Amino acid sequence: MNAPAAAGCFHCGEPLPEQPRLAIQVDGREQLVCCLGCRAAAELIEGAGLGDYYRFRTAAAPRPDAGGGGDVWATYDRPEVCGPLLGRDGEAAVVNLLIEGLRCSACSWLIGESVGRQAGIVRASVNPATARAQVAFDTERIGLAAVLRSIAALGYRPHVLGATDTLAVATRERRGALKRLAVAGFGMMQVMMIATALYIGAIDGMDPVIREYLRIISLVVTAPVLVYAGRPFFAGAWAALRARHVGMDVPVAIGIGLAFGASAWNTLAHAGDVYFDSVVMFIFLLLLGRYVEMLARHRAGSTAEALLHLVPATALRVAGARSERVPVATLSAGDRVLVPVGECFPADGVVVGGSTEADEALLTGESLAVTKGEGAAVIAGALNCAAPVEVRLTAVGQSTVLAGIVRLLERAQTERPRIARLADRAAAWFVTRVLVGAALVAALWLLIDPSRAFEATLAVLVVTCPCALSLATPTAITAATATLARAGLLVTRPDALEELARADTVLFDKTGTLSLGRPRLERVTACGIGREDALKIAAALERSSAHPLAQAFAAIAAAPAVEVAVEPGCGIEGRVGAERYRIGTAAYVAALAGPRPATLGEAGVHLGAAAGWLARFELGDELRPGAAEVVRELESLGLTASIASGDHAEAVGAAASALGIGRWQARLLPADKLALLERLRAGGARVLAVGDGINDAPTLRAASVSLALGTGSALAQASADLVALRGELTTLPFAVRTARRTTAIIRQNLIWSAAYNLVALPVAALGWVPPWLAAVGMSASSLLVVLNALRLARRPSPQRGDRGRPLLVREAAAA
Amino acid sequence: MNIIFVLIPLGLVLVGLALWAFFWAVGDGQFDDLESPGWAVLSDDPPARPAEPPR
Repeated sequence: MNAPAAAGCFHCGEPLPEQPRLAIQVDGREQLVCCLGCRAAAELIEGAGLGDYYRFRTAAAPRPDAGGGGDVWATYDRPEVCGPLLGRDGEAAVVNLLIEGLRCSACSWLIGESVGRQAGIVRASVNPATARAQVAFDTERIGLAAVLRSIAALGYRPHVLGATDTLAVATRERRGALKRLAVAGFGMMQVMMIATALYIGAIDGMDPVIREYLRIISLVVTAPVLVYAGRPFFAGAWAALRARHVGMDVPVAIGIGLAFGASAWNTLAHAGDVYFDSVVMFIFLLLLGRYVEMLARHRAGSTAEALLHLVPATALRVAGARSERVPVATLSAGDRVLVPVGECFPADGVVVGGSTEADEALLTGESLAVTKGEGAAVIAGALNCAAPVEVRLTAVGQSTVLAGIVRLLERAQTERPRIARLADRAAAWFVTRVLVGAALVAALWLLIDPSRAFEATLAVLVVTCPCALSLATPTAITAATATLARAGLLVTRPDALEELARADTVLFDKTGTLSLGRPRLERVTACGIGREDALKIAAALERSSAHPLAQAFAAIAAAPAVEVAVEPGCGIEGRVGAERYRIGTAAYVAALAGPRPATLGEAGVHLGAAAGWLARFELGDELRPGAAEVVRELESLGLTASIASGDHAEAVGAAASALGIGRWQARLLPADKLALLERLRAGGARVLAVGDGINDAPTLRAASVSLALGTGSALAQASADLVALRGELTTLPFAVRTARRTTAIIRQNLIWSAAYNLVALPVAALGWVPPWLAAVGMSASSLLVVLNALRLARRPSPQRGDRGRPLLVREAAAA
Repeated sequence: MNIIFVLIPLGLVLVGLALWAFFWAVGDGQFDDLESPGWAVLSDDPPARPAEPPR
């Protein structure tokens, strides 16, 4: 039940090599693993009695590094490095970690258990939803390096977030909101129950003593609800008034304040009516809407932490003939660093020793690795994938290209809230009119009949209480958000749905969005040997390469070649069986195999031996399944699709024609994409941007509305309004349709509440509506609005695949 | 009907107790992660944790 594939590694699921054969004992059965790193991790897990992990996990484990490259973590024990990273909790030191490779709940359980068992660990908690861990430990007995090492030994990659994590702030905020919600909810149940008795008593007659008693109980319950749960409204109203601005909080605060004041006065004076039920219900409903909104905001994450993924924490600084691990923060321009294969460049620089290939896909969108010879510039965050190189740094920290992209992102971020301000102004307009109207009514009644002035004014405020009006939008958005979340789409900005419904142009990124960002074998032309044999040999050679093209062969099972030599920018040479082979560019293979036969074209990847040429492989970027249907469906919904990619023109053109997209642009840098977006917007288009990479982040942030794929970079997700959690595009048309239905329902709600207010306001102003009837009218109109909004939640999501469900549940369903 | 003079305050006390329990649970972090504790029941009893020395 646990092996991801029969031929795969027990721990990480990768194909097994033929030699050497590595095995471990799990639950008394022998299981095969692919490498020493996986064996170490599996032995550690099994040896610690945590073998249950393999039974409950829903995804294969990340492949741990098999050591080598020295101890990356040792620097974290130096006081100047770990000092600023540690917080204190009583006696213990506390560190916040972001854990890369955390894929399911079983992972978090595994980390929590195995770290928590070590001597000196006070507490280790891991949250799978946020991929965060908080470890409290006794610095006398265990060092930070040992904590990090123990997580890395399991195959995960810990990043130190430092003592003040924004997550801690978010947790405090969420806990506070939850408590207020509970107080308002419990209070509402009590007061509503008593209010029912009072309403029935008003009709059927009730002993005045009992009536007074019930009203006092209502007062006693409502007071703490108002003071504790209603505090954010009063604080918000006060802040808005001090800023000489009328927000939604002002009428809410005035409404609940006046209604409570009048009810309390009437209760103590044993006269008039009470509206405690309206007060608590209003507070509860508004808090509920804000709570949902807050959850969405927290999920969006923060930019700085996302960036952390890219730049390594330490680097190998070269000093004379030796090199030592130092924290990246201590590097300065002019330093020389050694970057091993598989590590990211710590800062921008120039290659001064050796040559390699760098994978810059996350930054530039380029799907192929770029050859970097001596003198070539490399950028921070790019992955070194062919050979170790020495780099002389030219820019560090804030002056790197990566930091520049973040600044671009921040600029785009500050330029957007225009729409938000507009919505705020509309609310302020309505609110000031209501307040002015209420004041007028009060003044007129004071002239006519002072004894009825308060009642009529309150009726006006309660009747027009922006309840229905303020519920019209949030309830519809909340219901739509919940529906989309069930379909695997997370809405991170409340007004994203409005923009999504109005979008008329969709701008796709290619690499990683429309395509999977990984090469796929399109065609194999073998000559001299069989197709299968050629593929086997190619896979054997590519097995030892970190080059992105090697992924095309990863699915083919083959033992790694031996005596492998990688020639950056050219190819790989190695021995499979008794024969030496070369795989790579035509020129590189020709040096071993002689002149190229005419049957094999020039382009693509070639395979040859000393005896002659063997095969040509043509590779293409694999399109995401269903991408063509998504494009077709979006066009039928009236959106114009276009592609803006950083990839080369050939690849973008091929993808565009395969998907039936007429408009595309290639080789765009992040700034070019932003410029293209500005041009589209200047032409009056409302752009929906879809992307996944760091290079898309500024575009996603600046677009009217944007969608990021949950499998892409964290920075892109933090910048987007919607996140497709399962990393699929297929939910996008459903999202557009839902957004359009949402705006339709919002419009219905607004029309209804406006019509209700138009009728009710004059009647209330004339003093014909007793406040209790006003409260009933308000509640009924609100209820209608809420029920209308709930229609959005009723329709089931289009496809509820079982991919997200745990393995056990799926198996149980199949049995 | 005089019984309500006792029953309603009693109900309010119970509500207060429920709220106190909820506040305690929120403060204890029981609502921070609603996912992984559900998995804990599926695992076999882990070997006893080495007793933690008093801090």
